[in-house]
Amino acid sequence: MSQLWQVVRLKGRTTPLQRKEMLAGLAFISPWIVGFFIFTAGPMVASLGLAFTDYDVLNPPKFVGLQNFQALTTDPRLGLSLGNSIFYAVLHVPLALTVALALALLLNRVGKAAGFFRTAFYLPSITPAVAVGTLWLWILNPRIGLINRGLALLGIAGPGWTTDPNWIKPGIVLMSLWSVGGTVILYLAALRNVPPELYEAARIDGANSWQQFRRVTIPMISGTIFFTLVVNTIASLQIFTEVYTMYFGNMNSGAASSAGLFYNIYLFRQAFEFLHMGYASAMAWLLFIIILILTVIQLRTSRRWVYYEGG
Amino acid sequence: MSASASTSLPDVQRQQAERLRRAETIRLIERAVFIALLIGCTILFFAPFVWLVSASLKVRAEVFNNELIPDPVAWENYVNVWQAAPVLAWLKNSVVVGFLAAIAVTASCAAIAFGFSYFRFPGRDALFGFVLATMMLPGAVTMVPVFLIWNGLGMVNTQVPLWAGNLFGSAFYIFLIRQFYLSLPRELFEAARVDGATFFQIWRHIALPLTRTALIVVFIFEFKASWTDLIKPLIYLYDNRLFTLPRGLKALLDQFGQGGEMQWEIVLAASVIVTVPMIVIFFLGQRYFMEGIATSGLKG
Repeated sequence: MSQLWQVVRLKGRTTPLQRKEMLAGLAFISPWIVGFFIFTAGPMVASLGLAFTDYDVLNPPKFVGLQNFQALTTDPRLGLSLGNSIFYAVLHVPLALTVALALALLLNRVGKAAGFFRTAFYLPSITPAVAVGTLWLWILNPRIGLINRGLALLGIAGPGWTTDPNWIKPGIVLMSLWSVGGTVILYLAALRNVPPELYEAARIDGANSWQQFRRVTIPMISGTIFFTLVVNTIASLQIFTEVYTMYFGNMNSGAASSAGLFYNIYLFRQAFEFLHMGYASAMAWLLFIIILILTVIQLRTSRRWVYYEGG
Repeated sequence: MSASASTSLPDVQRQQAERLRRAETIRLIERAVFIALLIGCTILFFAPFVWLVSASLKVRAEVFNNELIPDPVAWENYVNVWQAAPVLAWLKNSVVVGFLAAIAVTASCAAIAFGFSYFRFPGRDALFGFVLATMMLPGAVTMVPVFLIWNGLGMVNTQVPLWAGNLFGSAFYIFLIRQFYLSLPRELFEAARVDGATFFQIWRHIALPLTRTALIVVFIFEFKASWTDLIKPLIYLYDNRLFTLPRGLKALLDQFGQGGEMQWEIVLAASVIVTVPMIVIFFLGQRYFMEGIATSGLKG
């Protein structure tokens, strides 16, 4: 914000030409500035204010002090949903990054046909999430789903992916791995940017494939890995659509209504099904703070393992 | 490796040939494992699609029989789904909302990004940092107040809230288009300035045509985002006829699927209808998808 003041103060000292350029620049940016106040800054302030009220849209908000925040600490469903989301993120993020990297390494070795396989891995990512949820309800079905049928061929009795509380989240993680295509393409682009001379030099020094991967590939793509780590962590804590499609809405989803109750689903239900706008706002801020802390930690620790060229 | 003095020349040659053969075998095995892995993974990724299309063409009693080829082929599922629900209206809604959302965000971000790349003024980069920072904000924080704004404007249960916010730009796309602008040589603009072009003309006649790729990328990405979105339609649309396809599919799932009337063939046919346009767009604009993803991974 101090920068804005600088803009204003500098006005007097600048040449008319510079001032013209600045005004034109601000004119181009103005839609964002207006939108920022209406749809971001304003709502952030409002949301923080609402967190201290009891508000159901129909009646005016009633100030309740810290009551919503106290409720956050005592509401068992909140603890449950937060735990579910963290459990999912802890499972999903490392698995998704590993699977995506493995697929990208595979693709990187394909010559001419790379386009075809790249498409095959990417198509699930453009499939609408509602369709993904609907489809995977059946892929994961314990009795007739493709996965347990496949496991049965190997003589394994598959778990109740959609019915057993212990297996519902792992089932959702499996589903999420189907949609890693975007990350695969990012990794593939990064892999192709690694200068071949580095591998050559490593080979001459007697490095085997694993050493080349560990000492050349990983450091050279660590910037991309870090980017996907941050983005995937933030996104996984906000998983909503696929799971809401599968287990929530009109139907009574049994075990999944607890084991599949993710933070954003619970927040959505509090806001738009139970009309607890104040409590939902407090929930949103708790999520924001958690994400903020996680991202700062990731940024801090990244200096130890992320390699930036020329940096 | 040097042969020891005791081994004769033919021996050395034989050993070398042996080594070569072994290396060749290892390479072949490696190659076979690689191809098997590649094909295996591809099948894993394709199987759910094949299952979906196949199941959507089966008669109700056989939807879950896991046969690859439906027998008989129940084309009528695709007729029934149009009769069971206003799918045509949903399709039209999705197309209209998608177009409005994509055009609004492309136009606004093209202008905003130009403001952040061509013009030099104090505080610009700090302001741009602000733009990027908003990407980190979870949607949930602003969800309730933004709903209250649209509610206050009497726009709830209309499609306006689904796209109108895009008129004010969106951080990710501003970043993406800015990357493209920054790759243009500045002399290009300066030459036009000398010739007396206004800032608007420079943007409209030089910057925009040269960044067509970026604009198409943004358009396609936002169209996809709008086409697949469920949250906004869940929040803002109550009236069945206003639904977009994903919201409609969710309604069908609730009505005919889980705990409903158990007419899964209808739900699955609707799933195919929601998905196919995305796949078509992907094949038409594949180049742009790849370019967009690659650019989004660049460090700014």
